[in-house]
Amino acid sequence: MIKLYKILLLSLTFFVFSLGSAYADPKKVGFIYIGPPGDHGWTYMHDVGRKHMQSQLGDAVTSTYIENVPENADAVRAIRKLASSGHDLIFTTSFNYMDQTLEVAKEFPNIKFEHATGYKRADNVSTYSARFYEGRTISGHIAGHMTKTNTIGYIASFPIPEVVRGINAFYLAASKVNPDIKIKIIWAFTWYDPGKEADAANTLINQGADILVQHTDTFAPCQAAEKAGVLAFGQASNQEEFCPNAHLTAIEDIWGPYYAARAQAVVDGTWSSEDTWDGMDKGMVVMSPYNTKLMPASLIQEAINMEVAIKDGKLHSFEGPIYNQAGELMVAEGEVADDGMLAGMNWYVQGIDGELPQ
Amino acid sequence: MDFELLYGIVKIILIATTPLVFAGIGELVTEKSGVLNLGVEGMMLVGAVTAFVTLVITGNYILAFTFSILSGVIMSSLFAFLVLILMSNQIATGLALTIFGIGLSSMIGKNYIGTPIEGLSPWFFVIFSFVIVFFISYFFYKTKAGLILRAVGESHNSAHALGYGVLKIRFCSIIFGGAMCALAGSYMSICYAPMWQENMTAGRGWIALALVVFATWKPGRILIGAYIFGGVSILQMNFQAWGLSLPGQFFNMAPYLATLIVLVLISSNKLRVKLSAPASLTIPFFKGR
Repeated sequence: MIKLYKILLLSLTFFVFSLGSAYADPKKVGFIYIGPPGDHGWTYMHDVGRKHMQSQLGDAVTSTYIENVPENADAVRAIRKLASSGHDLIFTTSFNYMDQTLEVAKEFPNIKFEHATGYKRADNVSTYSARFYEGRTISGHIAGHMTKTNTIGYIASFPIPEVVRGINAFYLAASKVNPDIKIKIIWAFTWYDPGKEADAANTLINQGADILVQHTDTFAPCQAAEKAGVLAFGQASNQEEFCPNAHLTAIEDIWGPYYAARAQAVVDGTWSSEDTWDGMDKGMVVMSPYNTKLMPASLIQEAINMEVAIKDGKLHSFEGPIYNQAGELMVAEGEVADDGMLAGMNWYVQGIDGELPQ
Repeated sequence: MDFELLYGIVKIILIATTPLVFAGIGELVTEKSGVLNLGVEGMMLVGAVTAFVTLVITGNYILAFTFSILSGVIMSSLFAFLVLILMSNQIATGLALTIFGIGLSSMIGKNYIGTPIEGLSPWFFVIFSFVIVFFISYFFYKTKAGLILRAVGESHNSAHALGYGVLKIRFCSIIFGGAMCALAGSYMSICYAPMWQENMTAGRGWIALALVVFATWKPGRILIGAYIFGGVSILQMNFQAWGLSLPGQFFNMAPYLATLIVLVLISSNKLRVKLSAPASLTIPFFKGR
């Protein structure tokens, strides 16, 4: 009888302790990065977001990351490693982690997953992305005014909707202010190869481009522009320190507030699977300070006005009429492209030369 | 086509191809002595980060390149010690060297990512890459020392019987390979894309390895092969920018595909393999026999 009483007491103590520790334990948040946090581009900004979340939530969360995770079967291992080491919330921060994220999420139904820039969701998998194309519209407007050779060089990574959308938004805005503008596109088929990005940049400059736009992750193109004396837009983060005489502005990805909100939801137990696609209005996309040395004040003012208009919903990057390369009407006059069309965009708008690789 | 444009394209091809020539010729010398070192990528990265960090700290380009080459020598000595003295498996050790190099370079460069530096003009190195290939070609086919090195790679037992120090010669060849790979790396982080980024060589070490096979172990063909690989990559970018649609993915795998084709071609005739590939490649040398 005494023995049974002892066992009961013991188990009760354990129960109370484990209950107590469950409340006191910080939630563990894990991140999967495609590159190193020091790339000063895409991954860097996710890491800035992670640190912001950490500082906002303090002791309520701890965070870890795995860097340089390739977009193949290795990603499954990396995600599973985080999932099986007690993480409560895992952010996978590149498009091609999509299927891997879902695969691991199926094995760990109690862990919350968030996949960046993807479109496949599950009960425990959210997706989130930013409307970077809003920034491309402003870049395009600036480029249309600033170019002297009427030739823009665009270094693209992979032909996914995200990148194609950026090219289209850029071209629509640029050709609106400068109908003679030509856009030359090089697909590098990599996110991350400083040498190749520099090659592409130099090739475009050699072919007469006087402004470079990039959708790859390092600052090599911006550096090449600086060296050649042409202009460039930074990518993902403010890259002005690497190319002070070339950097017009950059589209910055601000993930911090989102990460903090989602981690808070996990702490509060209110997390649910959602699809978030925020833009300038929510501060997820921000333009770096415009370069006053390079841009006339009037143009800077125009760009700022555009930012306000986009935030207020008065300006949309894809306002009709928009035609594709074959001349078919894709968005009618007076309408704007809906999110479904934007999310699956795999065609160039009319006026862009060349064929979109498939 | 106007001259200006063509001149620009040639310039970009020269700048982009030079690291392949350095790493390729270094690996060729190593393989000619009968040792396969798969650590090219790792040694390039360590060379790149050493040069970059030295430059940031001292601001001296000569020191940067000296230390970088020294780092290549150290890395390859480590490899040489393992495969020559301890007789570990060359393929496994080489792979381990690459993985080690990736990790080590990331660790060394952790605090230097995104530090801006003043890049150096690549032209000295571009010219030097041609000089070194001609020098190695001369060395192999016109000097006694070169003949001995090749003999060691073909039949180490015969070379040993004739009284040549097989291990000593292989050690020197491996070190030369390491130094060249480090030079290729430092060229990348200081001239080509002046920055340090983790994994910034992005697979060029593997292309250099493929290049040696593609060149069928002939120094002159390293130059030809490298310029085919580099030229195709830059030309396809130009075609893209001209709006001519070419599958870029195809060109990314072209170097490896070309190497496979060469492998098939040279293996179709046993004699041709014997003529080109060093016969003792990857075979360890036991002094007792």
